[in-house]
Amino acid sequence: MKHVMPPTRLALEISGLSKRFERPAVDGLDLAVRAGEFYALLGPNGAGKTTTLRMIAGLLRPDSGTITVAGIGALADPVAAKQIMAWISDEPMIYDKLSPSEYLEFVAGLWGIAPEPAQARAEELLGWLDLAPHAHERCEGFSKGMRQKVALAGALVHDPQVIILDEPLTGLDAGSARQVKNVLRQRVDAGGTIIMTTHILEVAERMADRIGVIAHGKLIAEGTLEELRQQAGNGLGGAASATLEDTFLALVAEQAQAA
Amino acid sequence: MTVAPGTAIWFARHEARLAWRDWLSMITAGRRERLRRVCLAILVFAIFLHFVAYWMIGPYADAAPDTSTLVAITTTILLSWLLMISQAMESMTRAFYSRSDLDLILASPVSADRLFAVRITTIALSVAAMALPLAAPFINILVVRGGGHWLGAYALIVAMGAAATALAVGFTVALFRLIGPKRTRLVAQVIAAVIGAAFVIGLQVAAILSYGTFSRTTVLQSQAVLAHAPSPDSIAWWPARAAMGDPVALIAVLAASLALLAIAIVVVSPRFGDYAVAAAGTSAATVRRTREVAFRPTSPRRALRHKEWMLLRRDPWLVSQTFMQMLYLIPPAVLLWRSFDDGNSAYNLLVPVLVMAAGQLAGGLAWLAISGEDAPDLVATAPVPKSFILRAKVEAVLGAIALVFAPLLAVLVIASPRHALVAAAGTLIATTAATAIQFWFRSQAKRSQFRRRQVSSRIATFSEAFSSIGWAATAAVAAVSLVLAIAPALIALLVLAGAWCMSPRTVNA
Repeated sequence: MKHVMPPTRLALEISGLSKRFERPAVDGLDLAVRAGEFYALLGPNGAGKTTTLRMIAGLLRPDSGTITVAGIGALADPVAAKQIMAWISDEPMIYDKLSPSEYLEFVAGLWGIAPEPAQARAEELLGWLDLAPHAHERCEGFSKGMRQKVALAGALVHDPQVIILDEPLTGLDAGSARQVKNVLRQRVDAGGTIIMTTHILEVAERMADRIGVIAHGKLIAEGTLEELRQQAGNGLGGAASATLEDTFLALVAEQAQAA
Repeated sequence: MTVAPGTAIWFARHEARLAWRDWLSMITAGRRERLRRVCLAILVFAIFLHFVAYWMIGPYADAAPDTSTLVAITTTILLSWLLMISQAMESMTRAFYSRSDLDLILASPVSADRLFAVRITTIALSVAAMALPLAAPFINILVVRGGGHWLGAYALIVAMGAAATALAVGFTVALFRLIGPKRTRLVAQVIAAVIGAAFVIGLQVAAILSYGTFSRTTVLQSQAVLAHAPSPDSIAWWPARAAMGDPVALIAVLAASLALLAIAIVVVSPRFGDYAVAAAGTSAATVRRTREVAFRPTSPRRALRHKEWMLLRRDPWLVSQTFMQMLYLIPPAVLLWRSFDDGNSAYNLLVPVLVMAAGQLAGGLAWLAISGEDAPDLVATAPVPKSFILRAKVEAVLGAIALVFAPLLAVLVIASPRHALVAAAGTLIATTAATAIQFWFRSQAKRSQFRRRQVSSRIATFSEAFSSIGWAATAAVAAVSLVLAIAPALIALLVLAGAWCMSPRTVNA
C-alpha cells in the first residue's frame, strides 16, 4: 500500500554528505527535498550530481554524512529505504533477452510485489508509455527511447515514493521525452517525489518546483527560478527575466570566481 | 616517411597501430605501468616452457623421418592447424560483424578493397603470431638438440597461418551465402569453438573405445594406424617433412599456402564491403516475441535465479561458449559407458575429470551471473540485502551445474556409489570455489565480452584454473584414500586463500 505523506514532510534529507575519489566529488553536501516535490539538481560536468544521486540510491557508500529517505536512515537501513525508492540512469539498463512484460515481472519480483497488482500496474504503465504493442517483444531491437521507457516503467511498477533520475532525457527524441515528462509530472501530481539531474535546463525550468545548483560537490544555490535569479544577483546584470540558463551560468561563474 | 593516404601500406600501418595497442591493452589489462612486470612474467614463462619442451620432446630431436615419427608430427601439425583455423574463423566473424570502424571506412571515398586485403593479411599474421610463442620453445629445443634443419618449423607456422586464414575466409563466406548473414555469426563461432576440440575429443574417444584409456598417443602409435598410414615418401607427409627442414617440402608447402591466401584475398576483398553491409542489417532486424503469460508468484531470490537461467537459455551464442567445455565431458562419458562393469580403475579416472569440468563451467557461469549482469543498478537498488543477491546468483550457477552433471552422477551412483559421492562433493566444492573467485574479482562488463573475461584479470583466470585442478586432484586422491586427499585439498584451499588476498575487494578494503 502506498504511504502518502503530508506535503510538509521531507522525502529526502541529506546532511554533511561527502565522497572522495581522486579528489572530493561531494563535499559536505546538505540538501532537503519535500515530499511531493519535483526537485532538479543542476551543475556543470564533474560537479558531483551523479555521485550524490548514486549515494542516495544506495549504489555508492558515502565517506561521511547522513541520508534520510521519508524518515528512514538509508545508511542504517538500506533495504527499507530501497523499498520506497526507484533509480533510473541516463543509460537504460535492461535485459536484451527479456520482453518489457518479463522485465516488469522480474522487477516486481525483486520488490516483492504480489503478481496480480504487479501485472495490472505493468499493463497500465506499458499503456501510458505506448509500449503495449511491444510488451511481449524482446528488448534487443528497441531504440534508446523505448529502452528508457521500459526502464521508467520498471522504476514505477512498485509505486515508489521517491524517484531518482540521472539525466533521464538524454538521447530521447521529442515524442519519447514528452511521454517521460508526462509520466513524471503525473507521479508528482499524485504525491510522489522526483529528484532529477539534467543538462537540459529548459526541462528543469518548466518542470521543477525547486532547483538546486551544485558545483565542486557543494550546493551553491537553491530555490525556485525567481529565488535563483535573486541569488545570482549581480552576475545577471539585474535582468529580471533571465532564463534558467543565464541564471545557472551566472551562479556557476560566481562560484568559480569565489573559488 | 610519408605514405600516401588510402594505399595498402597506409592501411597496413593503421592496422598495425591498432593491433599493437589492442595487444598491449589486452596484455596489461589497460594499465601500462604493468608492462614491465608482464614482460618479466612472459620471460619466466618462456624459460619454463623451454624446460617443459626439453623434457617432452628433447629425446625425439634426432628422430628419423620414419612413418611413426611422421604420424606424430603430422598429428601435431593437424591439431595446431585446426586451432589456427578456429582462431582465423573467429577473427573473420569479428571483421564482418564488428562495427568499430567499418562505417567510417565504408562511408569514406577511399577504396575499401585495399583495407580488406590488409585486414585478411593481418588475420593470417596474427594467427601465426599467436602460435609462435607456444611453438617456439619446442622448435628451439629441437634446433639445439637436433640441428638447424628444425628451423623449417618456423616457416611452416607462417604457412599454416596463411592456409588456415584462407580456409577460414572461404568457409565464412560460404556460410554467408548458404545460411545468410543472420545465422552465420553464431554458426561460425560455434564451429570455430568446436573445430579444435573435436579433434582432441575424437582421438580420446577412439582411444577409450579401442584401448580403454584417455591417452591420444595410444591410437596414433598403434599398429592399426601405422599399417594404414601412407608410405614415407607420400605427399601427405610434406608438412611434417617441411617442419623437419626438407627444403623441397618446405618451399612447396609455403608456396601453396601463400597462393591460397592470395586467392582468398583477391576473391573476397572486393566483396568484403557487401558482406559487412549485409551483416550490419542483421542485428536488430528481427522482432522476437515471447509467450504471453500471467505474472507468477515469486520471491526476489527466485526472480533472480529465474532471470539468470532465462537469459542464458535465450542466448545461443553464450550457451555455445559456456557449454563448449562440456564437449570435453564426452570422453569421460564414453569411458563411463564402456567401463560400466569393469571395476574401479576407470571411475578413478572419471572423478577428477568431472570435478575439473564442473569448476571450469562454474567459472564461466559465475562470470555471467556476477560480472555480466546487464542491469547492475537495478539489482543493486532492489530492497534486498547484498548477501541475498549473491546467494541467489550462486544458486543459479549451482542449478545449471546440477542440470549438466546430475545425469552423469546418477549413472555413477549405480556403478559405484562411493565414486559418485566423491565426484558430487568435488563438483560442489569446485563450483563454489570458482564462483567465489568470480565474486572476489567481479568487475562490470557486457555479456558479449564473455570471451575476453579471461584477460580482464589474469590472477582470477589462473586462480580459477588452479583451484579447479586442485579440487580435481583432491577428488582423484579421495577416490582412493580420504586421508591422503587432505594434502591436495590444503593446496586447493591455499590457492583460494591466495586469490582472496589478491582480489581487488581485499586490496581496496
